Amino acid sequence: MSLLELENIHTYYGHIHALKGISLTVDEGEIVTLIGGNGAGKSTTLRTISGLVRARHGSVKLSGHEITKMPPHQIVMSGVGHVPEGRGIFPRLTVQENLEMGAYTINNPAEVKRRMEEVFTLFPRLKERIYQKGGTLSGGEQQMLATARGLMLKPKILLMDEPSMGLAPVLVDAIFDIIKKLNAEGSTILLVEQNALMALKVAARAYVLETGRIVLSGTAKEVAANPDVKKAYLGG
Amino acid sequence: MERIIKSTVLRELLRPLGQIVAFVLGTGVILSILMFLISLIANKSAASLALIERNGIDLFTYTLINLPQVLVDGMALGFVYAAIALGYTMVYGVLEFINFAHSEIFAMGAFIGVELLLALNAAEKLSNITVATAFGWLFVAILAGMAASGITAVLIERIAYRPLRGAERLVPLISAIGVSFFLQDAIRLTESLTSGQFHRIFPTFGNFDERVSVLSFNVASTQMILDIPIKSLVVIVVAILMLVGLNYLVNATKLGKAIRSVAQDRNTASLMGINVNFVISMTFLIGGSLGGAAGVLYALKFTRIDPFVGFMPGIKAFTAAVLGGIGNLTGALLGGIVLGMVENFAGAYLGVFTMGNFGVEYKDLISFLILILVLIFRPSGLLGEQVSQKA
Repeated sequence: MSLLELENIHTYYGHIHALKGISLTVDEGEIVTLIGGNGAGKSTTLRTISGLVRARHGSVKLSGHEITKMPPHQIVMSGVGHVPEGRGIFPRLTVQENLEMGAYTINNPAEVKRRMEEVFTLFPRLKERIYQKGGTLSGGEQQMLATARGLMLKPKILLMDEPSMGLAPVLVDAIFDIIKKLNAEGSTILLVEQNALMALKVAARAYVLETGRIVLSGTAKEVAANPDVKKAYLGG
Repeated sequence: MERIIKSTVLRELLRPLGQIVAFVLGTGVILSILMFLISLIANKSAASLALIERNGIDLFTYTLINLPQVLVDGMALGFVYAAIALGYTMVYGVLEFINFAHSEIFAMGAFIGVELLLALNAAEKLSNITVATAFGWLFVAILAGMAASGITAVLIERIAYRPLRGAERLVPLISAIGVSFFLQDAIRLTESLTSGQFHRIFPTFGNFDERVSVLSFNVASTQMILDIPIKSLVVIVVAILMLVGLNYLVNATKLGKAIRSVAQDRNTASLMGINVNFVISMTFLIGGSLGGAAGVLYALKFTRIDPFVGFMPGIKAFTAAVLGGIGNLTGALLGGIVLGMVENFAGAYLGVFTMGNFGVEYKDLISFLILILVLIFRPSGLLGEQVSQKA
């Protein structure tokens, strides 16, 4: 049984049919990536999983349990972490408060503190900025904060939406190093990326989306070797 | 700040107090200086001569004598406006829409509080009681008003706003105006069925109508006495307690943090495991109960209430919220204090300075002039951040 299982998901924005029957699986301990152009439905897939938009048909299962109809906050509590597109930092909350929000459902302050120290070992830069407002951080720091915040609840699976967007190349490398490190420590990650080259390097498997449909899937190596993918996403 | 005062509790209690003192002093001093300048310039005018003929004092002395009273009354009114304005601004913060039914939420609190006191009065519970008991009953009335208004606000959100949340921005606004009319008439119907009249009078009990002399001194052979009605003091103290309490709630508690996150980014807040609908309900509960308490305080200060009592204070408080920067809690506080003060200055001096041609009845004009000027020249308000156009 896969950790996360999407079956024939159809999602609409008003009259726009955004996802036209997406089925995919993510196994425990895997990095799986969704690649595709703008408007292919990558973010919508993640938003459907975490309940921000509702699937009209189909089902989402986490460890075999149906989560399709749950409200977003319950989906989070059942173990889905989501680092949203554009990072979703609360600009007028401090770094510390942002992290506390990540552990909102934990009622034991000592435990929150302990987990914060844990994420600080992964992102020492955030500790230096602990009293700074989220909105004053650089793009890279915000991405670190968003990722750290997503880890505060120790999710079974972390959905990451375009973590490299808008970052300088050196920071893109740093973010992907962190993704690899998280995976090595046992995290399961579903990664959405425009930067297909990097994504295919870290992922075990990949799905290629085009206009709301999965057009190709396989191991990352297979997908990277596909001539169409090379032409469309890997610059040659 | 963060480093100086380590204790969050202390910091979050002291900061709003400091802000209140600063805003009151700042507004008071600026308006007083302005008033003195105007009175000095106009001291030889016909208005001044007329005043000497009538009362034997010139405009400058008149301004000086009345100043303490005007300041204190302005402060009391300002805090009432601030408490109402916070309801507008909190709801705007989380939903980005103006809850035009808030003025009726305020009226609801006023009516429940006053009806409770009238019932107690009819049962002779309010006659021959000690000062402490009187304060106790007033406190109960305020709590009842808060509960009634808070629950009303939550129900309004659940019934009239939540189903429209995905709709165009104009739609919930129209719904709010509808709710406002509905509540006005609901209060009117209930009152006319139960008491046969539309207005209610705050019962006289305790020592709230007495005045305490705070100080008296002589300035240039004119005796200046500052005596404050106890009810104004009650309004000021209760309002300050509420404003500090709200500030603490929003800045130092987990619920407050959740409210701020929902205000900043609703979708991301839900990804943190925050039940957004619950937080929005709590925002309405808090904003509504502040409005309800303000309603009871308003009834205490101005005695007479009717089903339309909410309209003027409501729209003034809305002005205050816009003046301070809508969505900004500190801004609502500042806006309320400034507006209350300005209005009271206008009410006290307009008539005398214009020889009665342009009297106290025009004080509302000043408030709305402020609203128009703010909307034209600084739509983000005094403390508001630059907001992108979202209409």
